[in-house]
Amino acid sequence: MQRVAVIVFPGSNCDAETIAAARQAGSDAYRVWHRDTDLQRPDVVILPGGFSYGDYLRAGAIARFSPVMAAVTEHARAGGAVLGICNGFQILCEAGLLPGGLMRNARLRFLSRLVRVRVEATDTPFTCGYEPGAVLEVPIAHGEGRYVVDARTAAELEAGGRVVWRYAGENPNGSTNAIAGVSSRGRNVVGIMPHPERRNAPVLGGEDGARVFLSMEARYATQHAVDLRAVGDRHLRV
Amino acid sequence: MPRATLLDPQGEAVERALHALGFGEVGRVRMGKHLVLDVKAGSREEALARAREMCDRLLANPVIEDYDLAVEGGTA
Repeated sequence: MQRVAVIVFPGSNCDAETIAAARQAGSDAYRVWHRDTDLQRPDVVILPGGFSYGDYLRAGAIARFSPVMAAVTEHARAGGAVLGICNGFQILCEAGLLPGGLMRNARLRFLSRLVRVRVEATDTPFTCGYEPGAVLEVPIAHGEGRYVVDARTAAELEAGGRVVWRYAGENPNGSTNAIAGVSSRGRNVVGIMPHPERRNAPVLGGEDGARVFLSMEARYATQHAVDLRAVGDRHLRV
Repeated sequence: MPRATLLDPQGEAVERALHALGFGEVGRVRMGKHLVLDVKAGSREEALARAREMCDRLLANPVIEDYDLAVEGGTA
């Protein structure tokens, strides 16, 4: 069982679903308030979606200076797994833990709907349970979701296999190379714009996001040779 | 300001609106933020240097934005 710290900033609003999804996958998930400086020895840190500090200045710009971020950075630098979902992704970019930045959607409108993404990298703690190339149906909910990087960094990300999820078919927000999620060089820090925690059970319309959370446990299972889990009719690839 | 090489959809929307109103002489429109800070400093240079530090650390994100600084006024 992985210990999963879900950070709550003022304005985070996906922490409850994220904790529920992690628990559903078998993790010991708990909240850490942004003013805390002790993460309570997590295996995984998740920065959930929302509108931390009202997205004032830039999405994630103020949250990155929250007291808890020093510990999150330390955890990441030590190779610990960190996942940023939506606003969490924006915070990780502002904090310099992931390259690039997120800007207003190309067509300006806030988008809240299902999109299709292709799993491009399965060598991260959050995607190791997916088949390479699998196409998932997951929701997005963002106004500033256009991931941008300069051409040189984009080429580096592509060559290094660091594009984790890519929009399949339509690119909803105009992101560089249709990128929906990227990882750090060490693969341990991952940011994604779609919300897997809103799509992890049939009652939510689908469970394509479940393996993001099951992957964390599968990695642990691989390391410790304990229990494996099944999603739908398939067993996790470990 | 959004960096010159990046798409600025807000600027484009304003540009189209201006053209629709008959301001055909308008070329490209870029749209950014304008922040006004009251700063205590011993000199204009000191104020500029401190403001630059603020921009680099918080006010601007160099990955997606460029910025300009100007010192106005100055009272004893």
